[in-house]
Amino acid sequence: MLGLKDLFLLFFKIGLFTFGGGYAMLPLLKEELVAKRRLLSEDELLDMYAIGQCTPGIISINVATFIGYRQARIKGAVFATLGMIFPSLLIITLIAMVLKQYMYNRYVTYAFAGIRIGVVALIASVLLDLWKKNIRNYADGIIFVIAVVLLGVVNLSAVWIVITAALVALLIGECVKK
Amino acid sequence: MIYLLLFFEFFKIGLFAIGGGLVTVPFLFDLSETYAWFTPKELTDMIAIAESTPGPIGVNMATYAGFNAAGILGGIIATLGLVTPSVIVIVIICRLMSKYSCNRRVNTMLEGIRPAVIALIVFAGLELAKISLVDLVHGLIFAILFASIRFYKKSPIFYLGLSAIIGVVLKL
Repeated sequence: MLGLKDLFLLFFKIGLFTFGGGYAMLPLLKEELVAKRRLLSEDELLDMYAIGQCTPGIISINVATFIGYRQARIKGAVFATLGMIFPSLLIITLIAMVLKQYMYNRYVTYAFAGIRIGVVALIASVLLDLWKKNIRNYADGIIFVIAVVLLGVVNLSAVWIVITAALVALLIGECVKK
Repeated sequence: MIYLLLFFEFFKIGLFAIGGGLVTVPFLFDLSETYAWFTPKELTDMIAIAESTPGPIGVNMATYAGFNAAGILGGIIATLGLVTPSVIVIVIICRLMSKYSCNRRVNTMLEGIRPAVIALIVFAGLELAKISLVDLVHGLIFAILFASIRFYKKSPIFYLGLSAIIGVVLKL
């Protein structure tokens, strides 16, 4: 179990190295929470994304709250969330106050073009691991294909994808049982 | 009382913006039309900066917009407003989950959702790839980074630093 200070510092670190939305955070969360500290299983991390996806608020904050609560109840949820938003508060305030021009500096732009490639590579690597672990039988494959079609062809929002997947899983589960 | 108003407006955004960080943008656009906190032109700048600084985009946007509206305290209050609904809702869900975690149907559903979440991550990754891997050189760097991530398995932070250096050296 992590203490409040540890939770704050852990999510401070994750907030500091997250470039982009909640999914960009996934490789870091996996490294820190699943591989290094073994606070969560990979499955639980995915469950958190599913829940974060369907509940109000931005995913990254939902995931931080979720993990904080699991570690130290409401106080943990609050400290993890505060840790997550602290780097943004510092950096954005600083930029808004004095460094606005620096964001348009050539070298900063180059560095961020590089970082974006790194983020895609990290996500691709995590996806490969997740795929190996979670797509194991026909039922998993069917749900994956349904989700891809709903996302790519029907252009349904993430909330509906998750709800549909849950219902299909329930249906398959009940049929297999009989 | 501008601070109260900021908290309330961003609380609303936190409550209704479901999903990734950029879903806050349409809400912020509405704000720029309702209040004189920032102009739509400034909003474009904010998006560019929020996307290329550390931290979740949605949080960065709230801090920036709050700062523009009412200084440092404004940034803090807008951000707290944005995250408060998440904390409340997720805590409630955690409580419900620990109650139902032994329920077989709930577990079947959670297991079934996982492949769908993987599909969601695939699409998020593809969106990111579209704006990041703009030409052959970028694609090649991606391939090399991907291979070394699989092979050496160092921390993500190491690879983020490495890719920033590559970006500067190659003037991407």
